[in-house]
Amino acid sequence: MGIVTPGFRGRARSADERLPPGQYLVEDFPVLSAGPTPRIRTENWTFTVTTESGLRHEWSWSDLLALPSETPTVDIHCVTRWSKLDTTWRGVSLDTLLEDVDTAADYAMVQAHGGYTTNLPLEDLLDGQAWIAFEFDGEDLTSEHGGPARLLVPHLYFWKSAKWVKGLRLMLDDEPGFWEAAGYHDYGDPWREQRYQGD
Amino acid sequence: MVRGKLAWRVGRLAEGRDETPTARTLVLDVPGWPGHLAGQHVDIRLTAEDGYSTTRTYSLASPTDGERIEITVQRVPDGEVSPFLTEVFTVGDPVELRGPVGGWFVWRPASPDPVLLIAGGAGIVPVMAMIRARRQVGGRAPFKLLYSVRTPEDVYYADELRRPEPGLDVTVLYTRKAPDGWPGEPHRIAVADVNTAGWPAEFSPQCFVCGPTGFVETVANVLVALGHDPRRVKTERFGPSGS
Repeated sequence: MGIVTPGFRGRARSADERLPPGQYLVEDFPVLSAGPTPRIRTENWTFTVTTESGLRHEWSWSDLLALPSETPTVDIHCVTRWSKLDTTWRGVSLDTLLEDVDTAADYAMVQAHGGYTTNLPLEDLLDGQAWIAFEFDGEDLTSEHGGPARLLVPHLYFWKSAKWVKGLRLMLDDEPGFWEAAGYHDYGDPWREQRYQGD
Repeated sequence: MVRGKLAWRVGRLAEGRDETPTARTLVLDVPGWPGHLAGQHVDIRLTAEDGYSTTRTYSLASPTDGERIEITVQRVPDGEVSPFLTEVFTVGDPVELRGPVGGWFVWRPASPDPVLLIAGGAGIVPVMAMIRARRQVGGRAPFKLLYSVRTPEDVYYADELRRPEPGLDVTVLYTRKAPDGWPGEPHRIAVADVNTAGWPAEFSPQCFVCGPTGFVETVANVLVALGHDPRRVKTERFGPSGS
């Protein structure tokens, strides 16, 4: 606990057990975003998984839509401290996409249109924890929210849920992605407030 | 090991001044402040007597000046933190903070490239730090600022931006009410505004766009449509729909 700020009481608060420490539900605040919104046409969209030995697995948009999809309802938490509860998405589980991928990798580098990258342990993408999402609230995912498809990994801070996702590069050793190289935490667990390197 | 910028420090309010009826600049003395680049942020943590604490991130409004930093806080009606910082927080009071945070949306004084700054509302704060950093080092990189506000009363740093400054062109755009003598009708930013007030794409300026999400989306799309390299367009969006 820090020093008391004279005169600060804070808003009347309810103990919402679904809100990680340091998060709040709605407020204006700065959000870091790297650049303009890429506009990706679904006919040009592919999702590629490249293993550590260089083997490529690729899905077109129609391949993706042909796979069984799920409609997870999850809470999401941005490192800039907003959280949104009960968001509903539709997408394909990474378990489905990685089912036939033979790998010994422990890490994945997520790659996105526009050059963005982010790294995660591969196990955080498996066991029903992550999706390639293409609908939000029953509508096609807009470009601003990462459409046509974004990664959804709700148990980590939302910068890990890369917008405009285009692939995974599987790695034996961890490497930092875009924000991780700029000082953000390698893992990003909202419940442990892993915001910056060293947290 | 905790790196310097991650340590929580105690700063004190040295000075406060109103920028507009709803925005106040806070000058803080922060012993041990490690310095920062224009465009970076600071985390401010407030703690109540019962132990409840909450943190917000604010853009730094000016370049490094020893152990003194400045932020400008917009009062959010019904907000938890901004009404405290703008109305209750008093000269001499302590506050915890850490930083600087963010290494992408920054201007480095060594760069000679032309710079285009486009700000909407409170988005002026980090780009003002860039203008002030340029002045601080006597930089000669040519700057243009396009600043969109609702009404003349909403202009932050108004006197400073009115003062002529070599190599800095300032264009203010009004969306609701323009001052007397302003050419044209109030309107939201559009292609013609960016084209007229900005640099041609072939000059390859560094572009910094900061403001509400919808504003930044519009401007970034316009810049790309005008031929600017998306990799030269750095953006910072306000608001929960931006990430």
